[in-house]
Amino acid sequence: MSQELLDLIVNKVHTLHGKETIEEPVLNFGKPMIVLDSGNWDLATAKLLHDDEALQFDFLSCVTGVDYEEHMEVIYNFYSTILDHYVYVKIKTSREEPTVMSAEPVWKSADYMERETYDLLGIDFPGHWRLKRILLQDDWEGHPLRKDYITDKKALGLD
Amino acid sequence: MDYLLMFLYAVAVLMVLLGGVTFAILAERKVIGAMQLRPGPNRHGPWGVFQTIADVLKLLLKEDVIPANADKKIFVLAPVLAFAPAFSVMAVLVYSSTVGGADINIGVIYFLGVSSITMLGVLMGGWSSNNKYALFGSIRGVAQMVSYELPLILSIIGVIIMVGSLNLTDIVNYQANMGMWFIVPQFLGFAVYMISSIAELNRSPFDLPEAESELVAGFFTEYSGFRFAMFMLAEYTYAIAIAGLATTLFLGGWLGPAFLPEIVWFMLKVVAVMFIWFWLTATLPRARVDQLMNFGWKVLIPVALLNIVLTSIYKVWMG
Amino acid sequence: MPELKTETMTLNMGPQHPSTHGVFRLQLKVDGETIKEAIPVMGYLHRGSEKLAERFLYSQFIPYTDRLDYLNAMTNNYVYCAAIEELLEWEVPERAEYLRVITMELNRIASHLVWWGTYLLDIGAMSPFLYAFRDRETILDRLNEISGARMTFNYHRIGGVKWDAPDGWIEKVQETVKELYENIQEFDTLVTGNEVFRARTIGVGKLSKDQVINWGLSGPIARGSGIPIDLRKTEPYSIYDRFDFDIPTQEDGDVFARYKVRIEEMFQSLRIIEQACAQIPEGDIITKKGKRLMMIKPPAGEVYKRAEASKGEIGVYAISNGKNKPYRIKLRRPSFVNVSILQHMLVGESIQNLVAIFGSLDVVLGEVDA
Repeated sequence: MSQELLDLIVNKVHTLHGKETIEEPVLNFGKPMIVLDSGNWDLATAKLLHDDEALQFDFLSCVTGVDYEEHMEVIYNFYSTILDHYVYVKIKTSREEPTVMSAEPVWKSADYMERETYDLLGIDFPGHWRLKRILLQDDWEGHPLRKDYITDKKALGLD
Repeated sequence: MDYLLMFLYAVAVLMVLLGGVTFAILAERKVIGAMQLRPGPNRHGPWGVFQTIADVLKLLLKEDVIPANADKKIFVLAPVLAFAPAFSVMAVLVYSSTVGGADINIGVIYFLGVSSITMLGVLMGGWSSNNKYALFGSIRGVAQMVSYELPLILSIIGVIIMVGSLNLTDIVNYQANMGMWFIVPQFLGFAVYMISSIAELNRSPFDLPEAESELVAGFFTEYSGFRFAMFMLAEYTYAIAIAGLATTLFLGGWLGPAFLPEIVWFMLKVVAVMFIWFWLTATLPRARVDQLMNFGWKVLIPVALLNIVLTSIYKVWMG
Repeated sequence: MPELKTETMTLNMGPQHPSTHGVFRLQLKVDGETIKEAIPVMGYLHRGSEKLAERFLYSQFIPYTDRLDYLNAMTNNYVYCAAIEELLEWEVPERAEYLRVITMELNRIASHLVWWGTYLLDIGAMSPFLYAFRDRETILDRLNEISGARMTFNYHRIGGVKWDAPDGWIEKVQETVKELYENIQEFDTLVTGNEVFRARTIGVGKLSKDQVINWGLSGPIARGSGIPIDLRKTEPYSIYDRFDFDIPTQEDGDVFARYKVRIEEMFQSLRIIEQACAQIPEGDIITKKGKRLMMIKPPAGEVYKRAEASKGEIGVYAISNGKNKPYRIKLRRPSFVNVSILQHMLVGESIQNLVAIFGSLDVVLGEVDA
């Protein structure tokens, strides 16, 4: 069933954007996962996932940002409360200028989760209505979850 | 000589009152404690009797903080203005056929007139603190006390129509002659009186002006030490006074079987009325501002008016 | 009549306000008592849990999950361990799964009881708080007996659980369950019908189905708006498919509906515990490999695992690069997502309703700030 869903998603995205938009469709622990480049992740794709009759991914469960040192990734975990299925959408972006289109206009739940990712990893989400730091102070320097972040113990009063 | 007597009586009442307030606070904590599966204060003295004294001592020893941006004169005056009227109304209460204050023929009017000044203390305290929560608390408090003053007064009018006098001694004597307390013929009036007195005293479920989960401590958020103690004292003094008036008007004042002295009967009834308030504190959640206002204007005032109409018809019909 | 001059006032509610349940701050623009704009400010309790995870061995991170939603630590333990187990493709012994379910459900009731007490405290009723804590105490005693801690249990392990149930523990739990049935029933009769309580809650803080899904709200909030989603049922994890229980839902979507869902959920949890206590088999409590903590090295890969906590859907996104420390652990905390709707929901409400609405979301700040 998961394989069929994966094929379906790949087909739909490919009809929207042309072939080879999706880098590697795989099954990750039995659940479909698609990998996109941040250039191909746009509102039309988001709306397709959200609105398409056969997909209806209406619930955004989790937004994860990862720093892989040579590139960065944002992973969206979508779930459909109506059709009860599930997908990982992985968006790759460069490390020098990490930008991923915001999913906030389509899924409101992305609001805080993208702000958190921006706060901790410094990934920019154009289209977000209020992209500010959320957990750290507004004047915090750097993004702690980046692998090259150096914890300045002295400044934190720990040393 | 007269003035000396008056002064001595006032001092005596104040002393009794301070003792009364001390034990009212202890009783409240004990009663609510028992209802909430906990022992209540039990460290100071046997059964915790010295707890309130310890609390007051602590408050007196504390630094007197006046916020920098407060309006100092009004801030200082507010607790006094809250306490003074609550204490002044004690002047007309009669505790037994022999013990009592001023026996004036407008006793009820004096009581109600003076007691409504307490709301000024609330307004001034909240306004002068220059604190947003205190401001909310005082505005809520004034709105509430003005609205509930009306049903409180209207609920008493039924009793006054029946008796034909505003003198508190006359009212008790009338009940003695009638052979029953006004709580029976004036039950509607009694119910309205009890409900509006809760709002008047800012007690739960109408404790909006000091709602701690919303407004931190309401109008006395910025008060500490002695001035805070003053507000507490005013609150409980006023509660005792209102309970005393309820006793006189509806529960037959000092009347009761002869095996106990009259004054003890009076006190017991005051305690009973206060117990009801404590009970409600432990039982009910807090009402909302709009619901409170609706209830006052749309339910209590019409009911009180109905009570007046019914009493008048009865009075005319009976001649 | 001349126009009355009014102006809006900025009110800072928190971080030291009695009803913000910890260090949460709301910047309110109020006109009188009506809220015109609400901006939640958080992060006062941020400890960088996700960053810490990258420095520790896999098993060393378990105690940190306790400190997310400290009222419901068992499920946090579970979901982290389960995510790593999925990466490792390990099987967990039967008895361990049963112990996990019993502890998680006991903890869920304890969490709901705290919510019940503090919620009523928020709207001005003092007594229920103490009654709720009395019964929570019995539950914490049971959990203390099995895990050695009252709140931060650190009980679940990758591949099983840490301790076996002490002698007679199962029987004690069964007694506690009986006691709780009666007491929660009593709470329900005492409070649910109260006129003032109903006036404060019915019709307040309405959320429609679409809003709930679009804002990613989960748990009792979603079920209070008529969405029958409960991961224990819709995506059975652990051994929840073996038990017979219902998903309570309410259609109204107001504060009262969420209240009723939580009350009903406590009874359902009791049902699960009863069945689990009756069925629990003898056997191992942890896989052999799970005992060698240094050797837990999941193969490179990533997985997203979610579970139903008392506040909603809790998730762990775990990425391994084949070493003995996680490459990245992302925690999806239900309170963090649930609290995001406040900015939208509070506009036009009064300050008194704010307290009722915020309380009904059942937010734990340890979880919001991670």
